[in-house]
Amino acid sequence: MTQWTLDPETRTTEPASLPKMRGENVNVFYGTKQALFDVNLAVPEHQVTALIGPSGCGKSTFLRCLNRMNDTIDIARVEGEITLDGRSIYDPKIDVVELRAQVGMAFQKPNPFPKSIFENVAYGPTIHGRASAKADLEQIVVDSLRKAGLYEEVKERLHEPGTGLSGGQQQRLCIARAIAVAPEVILMDEPCSALDPIATAKIEELIDELRENFTIVIVTHSMQQAARVSQRTAFFHLGVLVEEGPTSEIFTSPNDKRTQDYVTGRFG
Amino acid sequence: MIEPTTTTRAAARIDWNSGTARSLRKKRYAADRRLRFYGIAAISIAVLLLGILLTSLVSTGYLAFVQTHVTMDVAIDPEQVPVDNPAEGNYRAIVADAVQRLFPDIDGRSELRNAVGIVTNGAQVMLRNQVISDPSLIGKTFSIQVPVSDPYDQLYKDVIDRDLPENRRRLNDEQIALFETLEDRGLIEAKANWALLFNADSRFPELAGLAGAIVGSFYALLLCFVISFPVGIAAAIYLEEFAPKNRWTDLIEVNINNLAAVPSIIFGLLGLAVFIQVFGLPRSAPLVGGLVLALMTLPTIIIVTRNSLKAVPPSIREAALGIGASRHEVILHHLLPLAIPGILTGTIIGMAQALGETAPLLLIGMNAFLTSPPGGIMEPATSLPTQIFIWADSPERGFVSRTSAAILVLLGFLILMNAIAIYLRSKLERKW
Ligand SMILES: Nc1ncnc2c1ncn2[C@@H]1O[C@H](COP(=O)(O)OP(=O)(O)O)[C@@H](O)[C@H]1O
Ligand SMILES: [Mg+2]
Repeated sequence: MTQWTLDPETRTTEPASLPKMRGENVNVFYGTKQALFDVNLAVPEHQVTALIGPSGCGKSTFLRCLNRMNDTIDIARVEGEITLDGRSIYDPKIDVVELRAQVGMAFQKPNPFPKSIFENVAYGPTIHGRASAKADLEQIVVDSLRKAGLYEEVKERLHEPGTGLSGGQQQRLCIARAIAVAPEVILMDEPCSALDPIATAKIEELIDELRENFTIVIVTHSMQQAARVSQRTAFFHLGVLVEEGPTSEIFTSPNDKRTQDYVTGRFG
Repeated sequence: MIEPTTTTRAAARIDWNSGTARSLRKKRYAADRRLRFYGIAAISIAVLLLGILLTSLVSTGYLAFVQTHVTMDVAIDPEQVPVDNPAEGNYRAIVADAVQRLFPDIDGRSELRNAVGIVTNGAQVMLRNQVISDPSLIGKTFSIQVPVSDPYDQLYKDVIDRDLPENRRRLNDEQIALFETLEDRGLIEAKANWALLFNADSRFPELAGLAGAIVGSFYALLLCFVISFPVGIAAAIYLEEFAPKNRWTDLIEVNINNLAAVPSIIFGLLGLAVFIQVFGLPRSAPLVGGLVLALMTLPTIIIVTRNSLKAVPPSIREAALGIGASRHEVILHHLLPLAIPGILTGTIIGMAQALGETAPLLLIGMNAFLTSPPGGIMEPATSLPTQIFIWADSPERGFVSRTSAAILVLLGFLILMNAIAIYLRSKLERKW
């Protein structure tokens, strides 16, 4: 079996007493088709939680429940309870715009706005009123780009189109754009699937750094990636959360046969 | 992981040199060639028809872009034109005197009537306007160039054949002889016919122009744009971004698509019945024309706006939603800016269609005979296509070429609008 490089300090990680986010008995339907069945998952703070599983098993669906992106799909219906810091995010009193600022997202395909690098990052803080003065805004943009590990590469051309960057740079720009609104959680849906190995390595490094300030949930189809970047792993199969736990345990001593088959590459 | 099956590969390999493979290849090539031939044939037919249309228009219309003028000396006698009130002058007599001076030898009444008939009926009005705008001309003698009346214009342009027997042409030998003496003295000259663009309509072809129609079309189109552009975009945004998907919105959608296919004359009937008879808006007014054209253009704008919004990549929408942009921010900051080139192009093409629309404007009376351009959207007006309709119906020889010329002017405006659409599309389209 592959040598999983494991973070020693996370070997014994247990869910913190109060998880940052938690899904309880989450059922999701697209029309009449059920995509998730009674999922219970806690996302601990300042850790990277990886969602793995074969394609079509509902990883993205679960991820998109966490910032209510499923609201934008007419036929999608979410049941059950999902909380952020103990507060239900599907509560009618919750403002979905504010929720999405708190729970940011990076997508499978880098999707910068067709605007300049600066405008891409400045957009979020501007609409959420995070910066009152122009200097504040510039500071936020520079900080966010720095945190996303992109600043040094683009500082000379902040006013050039974001779509002119390479794929990996675009993805880091999208992460910077999410960081700029000071979220607490960042969701990433297969952020490296469109990138080459070098760009992927950079993003993985970045994810590890971001853990210090943010809570991260990442969907990945690469088990090596899950092993490299995450502290906790959840394995989905056919819409069911089969097993979740510390990454080390999921990869070395899974309880469920299906998990074992998947992590040893027997299907998927 | 599933291993690819390699065992059966060799058996399934195709022999590309076998007879069947060769005949298949030949058939494929022949089919490709046939398809290309059909395409070229179709385009050739279209180009040919267009060429025939343009040639026939230009060959009859070019005559209207010049107008025959005669130069004569007029003397503004203070006896005939009061200095304190130049508008009251007897310009008719002044023109008659000027014509008489052109032909010192003639004296008979009928001969003089013939001679005066060479000069356009509008000469007195032109002279009057000139004197009113410059009263210092009173008491002076100066030379002016005035259009000759239509039959002589046609004669000079060789539309009237001088060799035909006298009883089969518009001008008798005497009239032609008079005109030829002017030609011999070098007083006749064909000049660019700016009156075609800057005069309003007239009963006399040599004076008739498109100014009234152009202004009328402009007002109607302006109104059409002001109404249909914002309403169309707002409706499209609602239908595309906010409306729930249910039977009602399906019904609305089907109806909008059908509306785009309704014959335009129906909209004219609607305008007549509702805007004029129920609301009591004035007949023949660009206001009603603009409203009717707006109704016609609205479905087009709604459809192109929806398509342009649909064409914005969903990833942009997700990106904006994902950092907490609200619906209106997603639409105003991201979707509309990306959709606007398509919307503008579609709108301009819709407006170009509206510009060429005739039937509904005929129904609401925009084919009135009017000798001055409209002063506002409430005043009676014609439009370019209805003006063409009026001229095509006029018996005078001069209107034949003017009808073609007016069609060319309309085509010119249409080409201009389409060029603007193409320019805007290439200019606004994001290249990154
Ligand atoms: N917008 C949608 N409409 C209908 N069905 C969907 C939609 N998105 C996902 N699904 C279905 O939900 C199931 C889970 O999809 P998804 O969460 O995207 O899987 P994963 O990300 O694990 O590959 C799949 O069967 C998929 O077909
Ligand atoms: Mg997915």
